[in-house]
Amino acid sequence: MTGILDPASYAEGTVLDLAGPLSGGEVTVDEVIPPRAPWSAVVPAGHVLTLVDVGGNQSGDCLLYNARDTAERYSVPDTIAWSGNVYVRTGTVLRSNLGRPLATVTANEIDRQDTIGGACGKESNTLRYGHHTLSEHGCRENFLAEAARYGMGARDIVSNLNWFMNVPIEADGTLGIVDGISGPGKRVAFRAEMDVLVLVSNCPQMNNPCNDFNPTPLRVIVTAGPPDGPR
Amino acid sequence: MPGVDEHETDTVRAARADARAQAGRTARAMPYVPASSTPFPPPDVDPATLTWAETVAPGNYTHKALARGTRVRFTDVTGEACAHVLLYNADQPWERLNVADTVKISWQAYLTAGHPLLSGDGRVLATIVSDEAGGHHDALCGTSTTAANDAKYGHGGSAPHGGTPSGRALFTLAAAKHGLGPRDLPPSISFFQGVRVADDGSTSFTGGAGPGTSVELLAELPVVILVANVPHPADPRPEYVCGPLRVHAWRDAPTAPGDPQWDSTPEAHRAYLNTADYVTARGW
Repeated sequence: MTGILDPASYAEGTVLDLAGPLSGGEVTVDEVIPPRAPWSAVVPAGHVLTLVDVGGNQSGDCLLYNARDTAERYSVPDTIAWSGNVYVRTGTVLRSNLGRPLATVTANEIDRQDTIGGACGKESNTLRYGHHTLSEHGCRENFLAEAARYGMGARDIVSNLNWFMNVPIEADGTLGIVDGISGPGKRVAFRAEMDVLVLVSNCPQMNNPCNDFNPTPLRVIVTAGPPDGPR
Repeated sequence: MPGVDEHETDTVRAARADARAQAGRTARAMPYVPASSTPFPPPDVDPATLTWAETVAPGNYTHKALARGTRVRFTDVTGEACAHVLLYNADQPWERLNVADTVKISWQAYLTAGHPLLSGDGRVLATIVSDEAGGHHDALCGTSTTAANDAKYGHGGSAPHGGTPSGRALFTLAAAKHGLGPRDLPPSISFFQGVRVADDGSTSFTGGAGPGTSVELLAELPVVILVANVPHPADPRPEYVCGPLRVHAWRDAPTAPGDPQWDSTPEAHRAYLNTADYVTARGW
């Protein structure tokens, strides 16, 4: 294995594009999340987090918490009920389980982002693909490992966002993860509306197209936001 | 209700007599104990097997620890009930309803008969085994919050003691009665009121299926069930509209080989296998 930013480390034809932040202001965090790895940081209110899909169609599973009281956390149903839409796009307010804004999506370079597909995990993989997949690493494991660093456990892991994942719902309710609509260097950005703890799992799934069967890095950049505003 | 002047409570003995004289009264919403004494016995069920009978008031909640193999029937008496439901493994409650897995693993966002309600641990907590309400249910919008109800119905009524209590406020109380706290309230599902999703992702409220319809859940593990009967969060009506919810439960058998849902899909089949594997290991 060569470096995580060397295309030769990935499937033939992989293109890596690190892009850059979608918001102005001082850069306070700039890290590459290796394939299959968890990541976390506290993003202060008003700061903007840009997530870059470096290799294209790489799902970034994401949970948000009120950094001062993690019992308040991202809520899929509250986000959907308040916005009246199951997809996340520019302007979508990411709500907590108390209905309060945790963050607002300020920029988005793909048609829609997913928040109904949840996270993969070892046990759920046995239902989805068979018991031979139990040994494979999953996002639930990444979330549990990263949450444990903050004193949180299984009851703190709830339904999540899936940046760069594509989950259409058909008219009869049939839904599922299909080929992605992202690409190398595509980005999404959200502004923290309070101090938020952000957990990301760079998804390790190898049994469906959420990572294009080729897990690649994600780049996360946090900027202090204004004075020069969104780019 | 008798007026204050009808009570004689100036001494302990008088107060005791007054309190005891209240026994035997009925209310429109109440539990029926023992369950076999329900005034609304399901015609197809031997009353001796009933383990739970209750009418839940609009804007109120209920909860119960249930044995594996319990069948629960919810009935929407007026067509305006909305049963928001959370489920936990009663023995290891950190295993609980996972709505994302419930829809994703079944490849189906809309709940109806045959849908397994999955935990995040690859097992079935309960199965929807009957649905007279034609899928007027929801796994996307969750329940209401104080913030949402304050915005919709006006400030001040969203607490449990108010006139427009939120589902989350009621779940918080129901959970506390099983030793569970606010961190233990994941996204919930609701029965009798639902939404549908358009191509652009927008949701539209379907309303209910009319008065008198029922939906049945079969407990596949020992479960704690929390139920809040409050308006659906996508209900566009400006008034807090909710009707009574009737609950009956009785002893039945969990899903087993030969039952239609056991191998209805490959994913459900493995979920029931995992559930049976857990039960076997526990020695149950």
